[in-house]
Amino acid sequence: MSAQDILVLAEVNQDAVADITFELLGGARELAGATGGQVVAVLLGHDVAKHAESLSAADRLIVIDDEQLADFSPAPYLAVLESLVGSEGPRAVLAGSTTIGLDVAPMLGAKLNAPVVNACQQVAVEGDLLKITAAICGGKVLAEVEVSASPAVLLILPGSFRPTEETGAATVESRPSPVELHRGAVTFEKMILPAPGDVDITQQDVLVAVGRGIQQEDNMKVAEELAAVLGGELAASRPIIDQGWLPTTRQVGKSGMIVKPKCFIALGVSGAPEHVEGMKDSELIIAVNTDPGAPIFDVADYGVVADLLDVAPALTEAIK
Amino acid sequence: MNIAVVVRQVPDLVEPLEIDASGAALDVDEVEFLINETDDHALEQALLLKESGGGSITVVAIDFGQVDDVLYTAAAKGADRIVKIPYDDDDRPPRPAEAAAMIAEAVKDIDAELVLVGSSAHDELEGVLAPLLALKLELPYLGVIRGVKPGEGGSVTAFKEFPGAAMAQMNVKLPAVLGILAADQPPRYVPVSRIRAAMKSTEFEEKETAAAVPEPNVTVLRMHHPEPSGRAEMLTGSEDEVAARLAEILKEKGVVQ
Amino acid sequence: MTTLQTDPGMEFLAQRVDGDPAFGCIQCGTCAASCPLGAAMEYPPRQLILQARSGNLDKILSSPSLWMCVGCHTCSSRCPRGIELADDLWPALRDRAMQEGIQPPAELQETFQNIFKYGNSLGESARKRLDWAKELDVPLRDLSKEPTAVEVLWLVCDYPSYYPRNQVVTRDFARILTALGVRWGVLGNKEKAVGDCDRLFGEEGLFEMLVENNKKLFDKHQFEKIVTLDTHSYRALEHFYPRYGAEYPVEHYTTFLADRLDLLKPLLTKPVKATVTYHDNCCIGRRAGIFDQPRMLLEAIPGVKLVEMARNRENALCCGGGGGGMWLDGHIVEHGGQRLSDQRVRQAAEVGAEVLAVSCPLELSRFEDSTKVAGLENKLLVRDIIELLAESMDLGEKEK
Repeated sequence: MSAQDILVLAEVNQDAVADITFELLGGARELAGATGGQVVAVLLGHDVAKHAESLSAADRLIVIDDEQLADFSPAPYLAVLESLVGSEGPRAVLAGSTTIGLDVAPMLGAKLNAPVVNACQQVAVEGDLLKITAAICGGKVLAEVEVSASPAVLLILPGSFRPTEETGAATVESRPSPVELHRGAVTFEKMILPAPGDVDITQQDVLVAVGRGIQQEDNMKVAEELAAVLGGELAASRPIIDQGWLPTTRQVGKSGMIVKPKCFIALGVSGAPEHVEGMKDSELIIAVNTDPGAPIFDVADYGVVADLLDVAPALTEAIK
Repeated sequence: MNIAVVVRQVPDLVEPLEIDASGAALDVDEVEFLINETDDHALEQALLLKESGGGSITVVAIDFGQVDDVLYTAAAKGADRIVKIPYDDDDRPPRPAEAAAMIAEAVKDIDAELVLVGSSAHDELEGVLAPLLALKLELPYLGVIRGVKPGEGGSVTAFKEFPGAAMAQMNVKLPAVLGILAADQPPRYVPVSRIRAAMKSTEFEEKETAAAVPEPNVTVLRMHHPEPSGRAEMLTGSEDEVAARLAEILKEKGVVQ
Repeated sequence: MTTLQTDPGMEFLAQRVDGDPAFGCIQCGTCAASCPLGAAMEYPPRQLILQARSGNLDKILSSPSLWMCVGCHTCSSRCPRGIELADDLWPALRDRAMQEGIQPPAELQETFQNIFKYGNSLGESARKRLDWAKELDVPLRDLSKEPTAVEVLWLVCDYPSYYPRNQVVTRDFARILTALGVRWGVLGNKEKAVGDCDRLFGEEGLFEMLVENNKKLFDKHQFEKIVTLDTHSYRALEHFYPRYGAEYPVEHYTTFLADRLDLLKPLLTKPVKATVTYHDNCCIGRRAGIFDQPRMLLEAIPGVKLVEMARNRENALCCGGGGGGMWLDGHIVEHGGQRLSDQRVRQAAEVGAEVLAVSCPLELSRFEDSTKVAGLENKLLVRDIIELLAESMDLGEKEK
């Protein structure tokens, strides 16, 4: 262990290592290259040693196996990480800006009296400093910040780092929990999976996604018609789901689906980071938005600054 | 159930986001504020819990931006008490850790069984308020929640989002702090006449806090608007011209035959 | 809410609550039979009164049909007892429903919130109020920056300020006013929604707030009259604002220009060869009796052949956009109603019109959408009278 190590909080979702973890490992490799330290992955859970192989891009993998960690709950995770990070003393802790990371990392930073930076997109090492670019205000403002204290706790936006494809030979250290864990006030009861029956948007070749720019439920038909002529399906960003205009199974991005269709058409989607993380790897991205500064144009292959209510019907006609 | 709800102001993304003269912060005088969306959901969740099981709602806010509008709206929707925490820096919104310290002091006096706060806010840079508040209050925390139901024996059932449209059903023994992403239903509409009536009848309780405010340990060097990456090829022309070009592209790429 | 006491609709409700059935409705059913959406309503106008009298107010308030009136005023204009159903009864019932916590359809909630927060129904930034004038080629007097006495205070209003299709018309009107030598000014970023439709939607508190703010704003400026392209704003200023003690001389552009036809006619030099039919919108037509002036303007344009639809003037079919209808299409269709604009464009095509001329800003986008639905795209053009005038004056921006 060294004060130059980069510690990565690994995540497992529905029995598979989460995509964000490979991205964090990719980012950590570059940072460790600059600091001269090692990449230390930490995996918390119960019966999770089977995932060790897929995390071998790290130099060291610490697996903490405990029944109390079987399902996520913030308190035991925090207790283990506080102890572990305290004893490892790394330069930085990388956590995903995810349902788990957001619950744990801010408190971890506070407990360790360590700086916490939210919504990180880029991280660079400059001598004793870490220079970070964070995307706030829905990606409309970038904040350049620096931290000097170690460890820095960084919440990384999915899609920020290139996922590692390395398969190294991590030393696996399986350990019991460094602290005694109790069943706390927050307990897991069951996982509720989306009701089967609706379309699986992760399996579609063409998705037409709608965002706030659609304005009214009545306008959804414009997108439906376009999806129909393309033989695709509808998807949406979170505001549309919250309105109840489409079921949660159609949500793209954070807490929704990660989709990689052949063609993704974003209608009136501004491109907030939590949406972009779910669609950026689509093969062809076309974005239509009235705001020329909309971040969606940064991930799109083709962009049109216009009202989707004009362009989508015209495109439907053109394809017909 | 005695519920405390924390609400705060965030910059309105519809309006231009100007950077101030220092170059390292948003220009508060030029930015319009509105209620943080997830806090609005936290309030809605509190109203739904109160409607189903009775109790009282106290809304707590730091006095920043146009927070009075938000508080009168909360009162019109059915909040029973409004507690406002004085804050004297007009140029800079409180950092999450700072806000957590101040709000925790005010919430301690309320004796709430359940504290609801938006899971996150889009302007949070140095940490996240909701979990930090739980830490200050020394209460259990669970965040990124979509819906809360009253439970058995002093507990609630909370539904925490996971990727792939999955949700974990969690039992939370009270007292606790929950970070709300979305309420069981969208925030309700309250007619303006009720808000105007609330402006006349609602009294805010001012709560000075003497919380020790943690020193910042992150230095903001600069804020700026992202440069367009130039990645997208922008198509211009009439809607029909653009549509024709897009149809061509879709054909070239084999999306349509 | 002192205003509600003078409101016949609420008075009626108050009477009902007191058990006094003395209310003038004779249950003849003219209203329900005249209502273009009556067949789809659980409680068409006649039933509203019947049910309220029978003590079933709760049923009416919670029914989706409460949110299906588009404020066309056909019922009120034909009522033999002169009951102001559209202006007073529906809004009063909707207000009452919202006071009782009944949620209006989501699209309408969003619109209310936009008006409350941004001062316009589209939810656009107030700072973009003058974006329409970016490409304007005549001088514009922004009275919020340089207060000065003007002949015409032009209230540009929401759709003409922000909606791209309408902005073309807005610029054309600026050119026409300038060509006529009118000393005009606008309120720039200080302008806020006038709010007629809000009153019809039943958001009384929001309307009252808009009136108070607008009164303060207007009183800061010196002008002879207010002119607007927005028929709903016109109706609000002319009919409802005085109820709140805010009285201003106001004209819709059609009467303002028709009064200046002598000056205008010599400028109408370029023929606009087209068979044109005019759609009488509800706000200036049925509700204010302005039928002739729009036709006078059209007839003054060389080349225009004016034809009438079967339903014209007092009997014109509404476009479905008023009374909040602009934001209720989804709700109305969901509950069995039709988009009235889809029917209306077919009526225009039936009489051989090539151009459907309008004078209300909500209608351009409504009717253009409907021509697509009805398969009349490129066969029936939808144009504001202003655009036709500007084209004939060779000032026009949108030459189709």
